[in-house]
Amino acid sequence: MRFLFYKIMELLLPGAALLTFLLFAVPARFKNLTSTILILLNAALSSGIAIQVLSNGQTFSYALPAVGVLRPTLVIDSLSALFILVLNVTVITGILYSRGYLQPYLEHKGRMTMAIHHFSFVWLQISMSLVCMFRDGFSFLLAWELMSISSFMLVMFDAEDRHILRTAINYLIQMHIGMILILAGFLVLDSTTGNMSFDALSGYFANHPNMPVFVLFFIGFAIKAGFIPFHTWLPEAHPAAPSHVSGVMSGVMIKMGIYGILRVTFNLQNQLLEIGCFVLVLSVISGLYGVMLAILQRDLKKMLAYSSIENIGIIGIGIGVGILGMHDHNQSLILLGFSGALLHLLNHSLFKSLLFYSAGSVYKATHTRNMEQLGGLMKNMPKTALLFLLGTLAICGLPPFNGFISEFLVYNGLFSGLQGQSPYLTALFIGGIVGLALIGGLAVFCFTRAFGITFLGTGRSEHATHAKEISVSMLFPKILAGIGIICIGLVPAVFVKPVSGVVSTSLKLPSIATLVPALFDNLWTISLVAGILVLLAVGILLIRYRLLAKRSVTSGPTWCCGYTAIKPSLQYTSTSFTGDFTKLIHPLVHESKQIIPIQEDDIFPETRTFSTHTSDNIKNHLTDLPSDFSVAMLRRVAVFQTGKIQHYVLYSLMFMLLIFILSFFNIL
Amino acid sequence: MLSFGLILITSLFFTGIIGRTKSLMAGRKGPDVFQPIKNVLLLLRKGSVFSSTSGLITQLAPTISLATVLTAALLVPFNGQQAVISFSYDFVLFAYLLALGRFFMIIAALDAGSSFQGMGAARESLYSMLLEPAFFMILASFCLITHNSSFAGIFSSLGQMNTEFLLAAVLAIFVFVNIALVENSRLPVDDPKTHLELTMIHEVMVLDLCGFDLGLVQITSFLKFAIFGTLIANCVMPGFIPVIAQIAIYFAIQMLFAIVIGSVESFRARNRLNRNAQYILAVVAISLIAFVLTLFL
Repeated sequence: MRFLFYKIMELLLPGAALLTFLLFAVPARFKNLTSTILILLNAALSSGIAIQVLSNGQTFSYALPAVGVLRPTLVIDSLSALFILVLNVTVITGILYSRGYLQPYLEHKGRMTMAIHHFSFVWLQISMSLVCMFRDGFSFLLAWELMSISSFMLVMFDAEDRHILRTAINYLIQMHIGMILILAGFLVLDSTTGNMSFDALSGYFANHPNMPVFVLFFIGFAIKAGFIPFHTWLPEAHPAAPSHVSGVMSGVMIKMGIYGILRVTFNLQNQLLEIGCFVLVLSVISGLYGVMLAILQRDLKKMLAYSSIENIGIIGIGIGVGILGMHDHNQSLILLGFSGALLHLLNHSLFKSLLFYSAGSVYKATHTRNMEQLGGLMKNMPKTALLFLLGTLAICGLPPFNGFISEFLVYNGLFSGLQGQSPYLTALFIGGIVGLALIGGLAVFCFTRAFGITFLGTGRSEHATHAKEISVSMLFPKILAGIGIICIGLVPAVFVKPVSGVVSTSLKLPSIATLVPALFDNLWTISLVAGILVLLAVGILLIRYRLLAKRSVTSGPTWCCGYTAIKPSLQYTSTSFTGDFTKLIHPLVHESKQIIPIQEDDIFPETRTFSTHTSDNIKNHLTDLPSDFSVAMLRRVAVFQTGKIQHYVLYSLMFMLLIFILSFFNIL
Repeated sequence: MLSFGLILITSLFFTGIIGRTKSLMAGRKGPDVFQPIKNVLLLLRKGSVFSSTSGLITQLAPTISLATVLTAALLVPFNGQQAVISFSYDFVLFAYLLALGRFFMIIAALDAGSSFQGMGAARESLYSMLLEPAFFMILASFCLITHNSSFAGIFSSLGQMNTEFLLAAVLAIFVFVNIALVENSRLPVDDPKTHLELTMIHEVMVLDLCGFDLGLVQITSFLKFAIFGTLIANCVMPGFIPVIAQIAIYFAIQMLFAIVIGSVESFRARNRLNRNAQYILAVVAISLIAFVLTLFL
């Protein structure tokens, strides 16, 4: 039976890879359908194995035929299985959403562009699955590279826009800096243990200090994941990409960085306090900085991109708690931290893809992503608005939705770690608690503004007032994600069990039910509270409805101090909403204002404009400054590039002369 | 169950006492202690006028806000007695439930589409965000000194009245009082009696609510006061005396809390709006001091 299975796999895998080229052959109308079928096939195959691995806890492994130096083996353990399931769900909702989203592009995009787009999308899924399956360095890096390139092609979809092209190239360069660091990590492993694979990690870590190699891998993966200060590609690339791609990139692709970090982390053996401290502090900073910058954005998708950094921070806090638990030999802490991180990763993939798809729908209906131009969309697009609201409630970590459950697990870890013996740990954990509480508060600030300004009030532009609800085909994938959000929020115990099971099998620990016996009771109590909350709300609403039905209910203009000529421009804008906050954090972010002051001789001042622009200080100093510097340096070198063939001939002559002189004096 | 009942009873007269204190201080006789609740009953009997700009969110928000506060009240214990619902780290759920109610009130304010409401919404969300860490730090210090992980466990340990517990409890009470003031938009952060929309916070958010919904908002505010009053009473409630005496002390503390708020409102001017952030950060700093203090106890 197993033999037969392998035979089928051997035929199927190259066949499936070849099948993707079919996308270039089919007519433009059927490309989306074809890629949907391919993705569903791939998802069915990999998820089938993943579910099997998760249910019986045995690692699946299958050796592919060797090609040159590559000896790829597909290995799916429970950690890989979880990531494969998460990525398949989001990729499927992404491709379903893209059907409606790409419809208008069919007319003016070439056949080839569409083919390349779908081809890259299918390969993004394949490469992400392979990243989760390969253990040896070469194959892993190959899959990693494939993932970077396919996502690069996807970001480039609108490459007629020079800005998008720039962003995409910036993305590609940063991904390769990350890859070099990961490669360096693997080379260290290879030179000391002779085995360039994740399997060699535990052997290496047992005999060497862990910190240097961990940091090497961590930074390499953190560039993908978007930890501060390695995030600078993220807020540029996400808004540039089409919305289904941003949803998949933010929902699952950046999580591949977390996958890599966890793979390394699960093998750590010493210097755990330093490493845990490093991860926790960096994560708290990522969370806070990410959400602060998210608050300042006026572009809906850029705001969501920064909020991804925030959520990566929350996942990182969970990982940090887990590592500190490993240091403290506190098994319940390890399980709570890592399970919280993994569950938040699953949750984030659901609500962030939902939010990106909704932002895409808003863009499609209004042709703008600038919140200052939006408003009042709830009246025209009620379904999109309600789904966006669901996403915002979940991402703020509010009960009874899924974000709360993962944050509750992390809080659980942080609070129980507080009572340990070491004062360092207490200080770190209280920092984590304060950080997480503040991140939660800031997220509420950020998303009440995003939802309120975009969907409530009245439209601030023509486009917003005439927006129309999007088609059912684009609503359906969002509803799928929404169902996931509600299910995890209402019955968390069912989902926490397998997720924590992944951590216990990976680290060979007892199950979470034996280590934290009260946890599942607590989770069921949370379900109970959620039920009470829903019942109370529905009950009061019913009473309200019945009472108001009998009374006079009228409507009138909004109270504006007796001023009745209300215009949409009188509403609070997103910039004024954040005004006080921007003043509060001004040392951290750079805000430039353009205003022409009124001169003394301006007796009748004319119409003036005022604009503010906030920018990311880390981006300004860490990536823009060196790249501007190198561009300036290269421009100086460019004096040699005259464009005259005579000069170029002269250069080669001079070069030969130089070689001759050098060899004549025996210097060379 | 006892605590839930006590919270409901307290919420009936709490705001009345504040009002009575203020009028006595000002040399007036003042309205009945139950006047606020009578006003609410009047509101509940009225019809409604909605802003033509507003929609579903305005209809839902006051109800959801009340539901969250009622659910949160179920988690609050009375001294050592179990709350209706109690589990480890239930205070995390408590804090996030209150945040859920706040979330809906903020977006309901933005639903009206006026700059006044937006102003109030922005201020409310900013101040509550800044205050969030204070609550968690106080609870973290309680967890640390009592080695307990739930509201009920923490407060029954505090009931043993050790000197070290009392020291932390005093700072905690200061922080809880301030959280209650900010949550309910009272002086010195916000003045509920102000008549200028530009300087309001909470009042301006509910400017376009009336009738039944405004009544719900008022009830929510009464309940929030009573919940925080109960938390404060729990911090200093001796656990070794009979329940009847505890209930007597409880009501005495609630009255005192209301009188303190009334006196503060009589004698203090409101903060300048741009100073509020500093004021709240000072409260957070005090909660940090409370935490550091518990490390050395």
